[in-house]
Amino acid sequence: MCLGVPGQIVGVDGDVAQVDFWGVRRAVRLDVVDEPVAPGDWVLNHVGFAIHRIPPEEVAATLALYDEILRAAEDDAMRADLCDEIEASSRKPDAD
Amino acid sequence: MSGVGDKIALRHGAGGPAMRQLVETLFAGAAPAGPDVVGLDALDDGAALRVGDRWLVFTTDSHVVTPPFFAGGDIGRLAICGTVNDLAMMGAVVPLGLSLAMVLEEGFALADLERIRDSITAACREAGTRILTGDTKVMGRGEIDGVVLNTTGLGFADRLVRDDGLRAGDVILVTGTIGDHGLAVLAQRHGLDVGAALRSDVSPLNGLVAAALAAGGAGIVAMKDPTRGGVASALTEMAHKAGVGVVLEEAALPVRPAVRAASELLGIDPLLVANEGKALLGVRAVDEKAVLEALHTHPLGRDACRIGRCVAEPARRVVLDTGFGRRLVLEPDGELLPRIC
Amino acid sequence: MLTELPTTRGASLQFRDPARARALLAAIERLTADRAGGAPLSIMHVCGSHEQAIARFGLRAVLPPTLQVIMGPGCPVCVTDAPEVDEAVALAEAGLRVASYGDMLRVPGSGRSLDDARADGARVEVVYGVAEALTAAQAAPDEPLVFFASGFETTAVATAAVLLRKPPPNFLVLSAHKYIPPVMEIVAEMPHTRVEGFLAAGHAAAITGYGVFEPFVARHRIPVVVGGFEPLDLLAGFAKLAELARDGEARVVNAFPRLVSRDGNRRAQQQLWRVFEPVGGQWRGIARVPNGNLRLRPEFAGHDARRRFAALLAAAPPARLAPRSDECRCGDILSGSASPRDCALFGAPCTPAQPVGACMVSSEGTCRIWHEYGGIPRLEIHEAPS
Repeated sequence: MCLGVPGQIVGVDGDVAQVDFWGVRRAVRLDVVDEPVAPGDWVLNHVGFAIHRIPPEEVAATLALYDEILRAAEDDAMRADLCDEIEASSRKPDAD
Repeated sequence: MSGVGDKIALRHGAGGPAMRQLVETLFAGAAPAGPDVVGLDALDDGAALRVGDRWLVFTTDSHVVTPPFFAGGDIGRLAICGTVNDLAMMGAVVPLGLSLAMVLEEGFALADLERIRDSITAACREAGTRILTGDTKVMGRGEIDGVVLNTTGLGFADRLVRDDGLRAGDVILVTGTIGDHGLAVLAQRHGLDVGAALRSDVSPLNGLVAAALAAGGAGIVAMKDPTRGGVASALTEMAHKAGVGVVLEEAALPVRPAVRAASELLGIDPLLVANEGKALLGVRAVDEKAVLEALHTHPLGRDACRIGRCVAEPARRVVLDTGFGRRLVLEPDGELLPRIC
Repeated sequence: MLTELPTTRGASLQFRDPARARALLAAIERLTADRAGGAPLSIMHVCGSHEQAIARFGLRAVLPPTLQVIMGPGCPVCVTDAPEVDEAVALAEAGLRVASYGDMLRVPGSGRSLDDARADGARVEVVYGVAEALTAAQAAPDEPLVFFASGFETTAVATAAVLLRKPPPNFLVLSAHKYIPPVMEIVAEMPHTRVEGFLAAGHAAAITGYGVFEPFVARHRIPVVVGGFEPLDLLAGFAKLAELARDGEARVVNAFPRLVSRDGNRRAQQQLWRVFEPVGGQWRGIARVPNGNLRLRPEFAGHDARRRFAALLAAAPPARLAPRSDECRCGDILSGSASPRDCALFGAPCTPAQPVGACMVSSEGTCRIWHEYGGIPRLEIHEAPS
């Protein structure tokens, strides 16, 4: 459920923040966000309300978790192949 | 009127299956027009009559848009480009002239009408055409929403390009980024501040199409402008008429970051929204390079690229290869509404 | 639906890395390969955005046949019961301004939708959010504006926040808000259920915290993984559930730590429960769910459209059930014990245009998908005519 989109705060005026979503801005209300926020912070927006401040360090933690899931699931030989593939693809220059 | 319902709903004007069903039900029995005419039964971008060794193409379009002035254009520019582009999609790249009918609401500001007039003049100049005749009606306050414009255009095509010419092995090109017009208008309607990042692409395509046809010749086998219903609707119709499947590569779809962002915020897929300055070209694979090079030399075609290919199966379907898996692209049926879930 | 990553555009692509995705798919295949009895592993997500993401990235076409992913009652729009829609339609047809989220417009009531009412001239407005509805009410203070509020706790929090800010008296709420945790109990207790794990909704859990699922896991001995909405989030969630199911481990795993904590958003929870109280209510095509509906507390009676217009609603023609709705198998389909083709209503009279149960309402509901694709979508591509 619940379409949620992360954006970066560019300004705060009382209970309303201007939030940038990759070039598109809209006012987002801060009434229910879980922590104080400031310009530069990332928040998750749902129907015009920020519902969560997103700690940037958690991004790396999530990716590490997925690699751990992979490790638990695969036998050694197969994992080696897949890890090689992941490494090979991550060496490619970012197309974006 | 089974299946249509007993009243007209907004979806009957949305360019999708409901609209086709309405037109087919209302005008069932429109006889096939014969070898020298492309008529209503073809449901193409316009009609064509053989005149000597050429085709006279004509097309008509009524324009309504809320708001009438939007980032990147207005209803006047839209009315000219819509008709010029429908002519171009059938190969008539030199519009001989247009008619313009205006229906105005009592109380509409003259200054706004002058703005619209100015943008009509500018768009005609860009397209190399003129308004030759017109009509004006005024309706009472509340009887119509501001302004409705209708334009009709005429032009000759040396070679008629239809929307049903695809076969397996052909490639699908788009002349530039997708979703710009629809998401610019929707974003404005729902209070997103899009700044300069998100603008309608409304533009006359006849010059660009002329360049492509000069380079690709008979290798361009089908054309359509993805207006209402977007790329999804246009390709579904092309796939249906030709009995082929179309496979799109998501990674190849040109979508501006601001369009992507607005689409995520509103929960609306850029494949489903209107473009007003883009064309989809079905091209024989051997001619792809020449056509793309010609498109790239034109200012409106700099972002042109291949987005997909035609396959035998699944026939009459549009499939999106997401890089992770595959899904059907279904045309929208009705007004596009923002989602919460 | 989509949660791109909050660092840079480059980083956001990490969660769409096809090589990791292939590795996770291979892992899922291995973890589900040697199942006793040969039945596929059935796991359920309870989130419309999960289904949207699964569909958007075309994951159903590549999941191994040994894994069955069932769409649970996770789409608040789909499970809004017909009589609730009837109330909104009745208010609109009585001439009141009614504003709602875009996806509520086409959801049919017993006979009509808000979209039908609009076609007949009722004043129905689409808003992006409750704040936009409030602005519309403030702009015309002399007449009531009814906000037909749907959505789970994530969305109800926004409605609550607006009501706590002393909106003008002409701003009224017709609550169809629903609360997710109780319905998971219902699904887990359905007879013949084959669901062996739940993928819980990351955004709802951002509000409630993943701790809310711990009593559920203890009671039903079934694993719950809280997951996100990028392709890797989904595949990792499936893989983790497959691993927990294989090992017979019933516990809660938070696979979405970038958004979800154990306690969730307490500030939002406080506002939610100050404004709403849970009551039992019918979810379309599923069951009566104890504590599944969110009703305005008496302190907010002045903004409660159901109380303000009680007489008008009572005078409206009684809601009638859709024909043959007692034959709807939506509950069995959600519990994984039936497929759409087991339902006598599937295809006729139950269609996307006239849905009977929740599974046919959502564009990504199980029945809707089968209706569009003619079964499970594999979408094999053949380049040339054979």
